[in-house]
Amino acid sequence: MRKLLLTLLVLLSLLVVSALAALCIGEISFSPGELLALRDAPEDDIRLNILMQLRVPRILLGLIAGGALSLAGVILQGIFRNPLVEPYTLGISGGASVGVTLAILLGLHTLYGGLALSLAGFLGALATIFVVYGLGIRRGQVRIQTLLLTGVMISFISSSLMLLMMSLSKTEDLPGIVFWIMGSLAETDGALITLLCITSFLVLLLSFLYAPQLNAMRLGSERAMQLGVDTDRVIKLLFVFSSLLTGICVSIVGVIGFVGLIVPQLMRALLGTDNRILLPASFFGGGIFLIISDIVARTIISPNELPIGVITGIIGGSVFILVMAKGKEIRN
Amino acid sequence: MRDEGYANLEAPALDVRSISCGYSPRKLTLHEVSFQVRQGEFVAIIGPNGAGKTTLFRAISGLLPLRSGSLRINNMDAKLLSHKERARQLAIVNQTVEGDMLTVEEYVLMGRLPYHSQLQLFETAEDFAIAEESMRMTGILAKRRRHMDRLSGGEQQLAAIARALTQKTGILLLDEPTSHLDISHQLRILDLVKSLNATRRLTVLLIIHDLNLAAEYSDHLIMLKGGRIFTEGSPASVLTADNIREVYEAEVLVRDNPASGRPCVFPLSGRSAEEA
Repeated sequence: MRKLLLTLLVLLSLLVVSALAALCIGEISFSPGELLALRDAPEDDIRLNILMQLRVPRILLGLIAGGALSLAGVILQGIFRNPLVEPYTLGISGGASVGVTLAILLGLHTLYGGLALSLAGFLGALATIFVVYGLGIRRGQVRIQTLLLTGVMISFISSSLMLLMMSLSKTEDLPGIVFWIMGSLAETDGALITLLCITSFLVLLLSFLYAPQLNAMRLGSERAMQLGVDTDRVIKLLFVFSSLLTGICVSIVGVIGFVGLIVPQLMRALLGTDNRILLPASFFGGGIFLIISDIVARTIISPNELPIGVITGIIGGSVFILVMAKGKEIRN
Repeated sequence: MRDEGYANLEAPALDVRSISCGYSPRKLTLHEVSFQVRQGEFVAIIGPNGAGKTTLFRAISGLLPLRSGSLRINNMDAKLLSHKERARQLAIVNQTVEGDMLTVEEYVLMGRLPYHSQLQLFETAEDFAIAEESMRMTGILAKRRRHMDRLSGGEQQLAAIARALTQKTGILLLDEPTSHLDISHQLRILDLVKSLNATRRLTVLLIIHDLNLAAEYSDHLIMLKGGRIFTEGSPASVLTADNIREVYEAEVLVRDNPASGRPCVFPLSGRSAEEA
């Protein structure tokens, strides 16, 4: 309990620092002093507008998207007892983007708005997760190769479908679609950000209540059952949680890979395997990670902007290979 | 002995009524097995490889659904018990111990999980006290901060028994807990189980390969063959050379252990069998 509070205190301070840095750093930079001075600025001040209309939503989106993806990662790693599974490597992000792509092709978003895309993303993610689970588990044993290969294949299929969508769409839509495939925190629609925000915090709270069960599942699902955990029910529930997180996230920020791998990996190394600490720590750690990645994405080739998925992809891919090379933790 | 005394008035701790189960839809591994384990009794299940010992263990521990028949745990229908309620009646020690990344104390504390509501995320002082008491009884209290993968196989089993005791159940189900251990640890583990059985009236159902250990420690033996009960009774009545020949297809000599008076099985090589 004390460890949890201490961890949260440290992470929240880091979060404030990184959020302030993200506010200040950009094409137009502010010193912290200037930031304070802007409190008294008139409402139509262009600098104030840059902060409030562009940077604040980005930071918020970074926090909750990063948090949601890391949380989904920790949950999935707990279920499959493997540090390499996360929404991206299991193809759940891919499945979600297929859902979203189909919804766009069917024109659902013009009829029902962005919410329809989030719902489609959730359903795509949920369908994928059960396919991957069905293929990857035989008689209670996780077959990690099958699991990861299925994930890679689903990602292939989804990117092909998105290429299909691109070749069908108008030229002026292309940059937007590309940015979505690579992930971007540029969404400013307040309603969608609020949806992601509410979902993420709700799922964080609910999954936190299942941390003891997830802890017991560190012994394997049969041992957890012997300790009174209704593993079938818990796993299904947690699948719905991870699909919600991933699906809505993908429909708003696109595919940002490996966040759910990098952050929990780091948190586990620092804090151990207790999910009561790991779940909230990964959530806030993921937020911090994505906010910082976004600063890099915005500034590294300024005035142009790099898709954020490129940054997480490079870091995450390397971490994946490192973890795999270490090999100790990957047992079937 | 088994049929005497007031124990008859009590409901059995485990009442297995003609259960059948199996892994593939068409083939049954266990056929209409029935037996009872009385409160405070020490019962061992023996039988050759493939006789259905592990299947029976999985059925009783709730990992394998029953095809037919019923199982009553402390006079409650197991079908109607939630996973949590079952874990408060029946604690299980498996052949191998998982939990490499945990400390002994964290592992033992997991035995309190069946008593926690969904909203209780952290252990209470009482939970810690119960876990400490269990670690003291099993003699691993000194290693409470040690990680599980730093323990020897015997110590891991002691930790598993401590975790089972932390569950505060009346019944302990053990699946081959000594099969990976040397003889000194085998005796240490089974002595501990026996003393818990005697002092705490813990009901013990032990699945075990080793016939001599089974005879030495249990009050009652159940011998399985081909998914059915071949015979059951006192160690002396079950462990006869004839029964072992028929069930295991092995030639043995059975003599009484001069110290305990319990039957002891001596394997006979082909040549000794001829000479005998």
